[in-house]
Amino acid sequence: MTETAGPDKVATADQIGLSAREAAARPPDTAPPRDAASWARKVDRLEVDHRSGVRGTNVAGRRLTGPVQGFGKMWQKTYRMDAGPQITPEQAIATWREHFPEFWPKGNRFAGALTGINPGDVALLDLAIGGGVKLSTGVFVLYADAESFTLMTPQGHMFAGWITFSAERADDTTMVQAQVLMRANDPLYEIAMTLGGHRKEDKFWAATLTALGHRLGLPDPKVEARSTCVDSKRQWRHSRNIWHNSMVRSVLQTISAPLVGLSRLARGMNSRTNG
Amino acid sequence: MNAPTLTMDVRRFGETTAVVDIRGEVTAACEPVLMSAYEAAGGTATSRLVLNFGGLEYMNSGGIGMLVTLLVRANRQRQQLAAYGLSEHYREIFELTRLDEAITIYDSEESALHGVVR
Repeated sequence: MTETAGPDKVATADQIGLSAREAAARPPDTAPPRDAASWARKVDRLEVDHRSGVRGTNVAGRRLTGPVQGFGKMWQKTYRMDAGPQITPEQAIATWREHFPEFWPKGNRFAGALTGINPGDVALLDLAIGGGVKLSTGVFVLYADAESFTLMTPQGHMFAGWITFSAERADDTTMVQAQVLMRANDPLYEIAMTLGGHRKEDKFWAATLTALGHRLGLPDPKVEARSTCVDSKRQWRHSRNIWHNSMVRSVLQTISAPLVGLSRLARGMNSRTNG
Repeated sequence: MNAPTLTMDVRRFGETTAVVDIRGEVTAACEPVLMSAYEAAGGTATSRLVLNFGGLEYMNSGGIGMLVTLLVRANRQRQQLAAYGLSEHYREIFELTRLDEAITIYDSEESALHGVVR
């Protein structure tokens, strides 16, 4: 039953005594709540394993960042697709979780766990940003159940926030949705997002949903996009997030890669000569 | 869409403080209920809003997202948000999502009211 709070639900402090108030703060149950298995365990800093096919930098040791920790304006972006009446929400999400990397647009790599998307997993990403440079970053699987899953970003990612992928029955059809709640992580990203980054992201998720739609057997998937600025204020106290900027670091890593390779080669030759 | 199973009751403590008792399941589908409770609790004179999660039975990531939008609205009105009644499980989720850096968590209603007032 839905119950909407309103003026008739408001009680004064005098009407409710201390004992009732304390009773309202029910002591924690010993049995785990039914969402317990869906949430990742708490982590302070990310740990990563080597994954082939991606550079895998800018993730290990980073903290997670939610919208509270970001710098730029807060946006809620929603991408929705009608998956048709034949597909159940559970089927849509199971397919999405199992084949998530396959739906990404060409030129971008998502290296997750072999078992699919599961709470607590860390996936490494190489994202095409133009000029032959790949932005290396990652995502953390914050939450996953049969009808939704959520990825959260680490320090240095383009945005601080999370992306929730979900499916639900609406009327006689199943609606599939990707929803981003984010702030650009630092001033540089905020500029980049304003100068085409938001448009690029819109295309990215529309392409991802379209690829999912084809996998689900839709002949002509249609994706609706809606963006809402939830908070137009920038959080200047977080401008120092720029220190972790993975785009800057990825460019530097790309430029320095030949030198690092030569240095390793020289060290190897020296050790063989001396050995 | 399933009907949200959430109730929120608002109690006022003087002109400036309100407590919202949350019972049931917090998901994105419950946004109208939460925002309605916020409207009831968050008059212009309210500067302190305390969320009582003692009756929380279930929360998914959509629910956490909804709390972030509530936080934005409260910040816009220069209102402080505090929480109490969180089980260890939900307290860890607040810490994992780093929501605890913006919504101060207390162990009891008394300490939440006192802590916010202080």
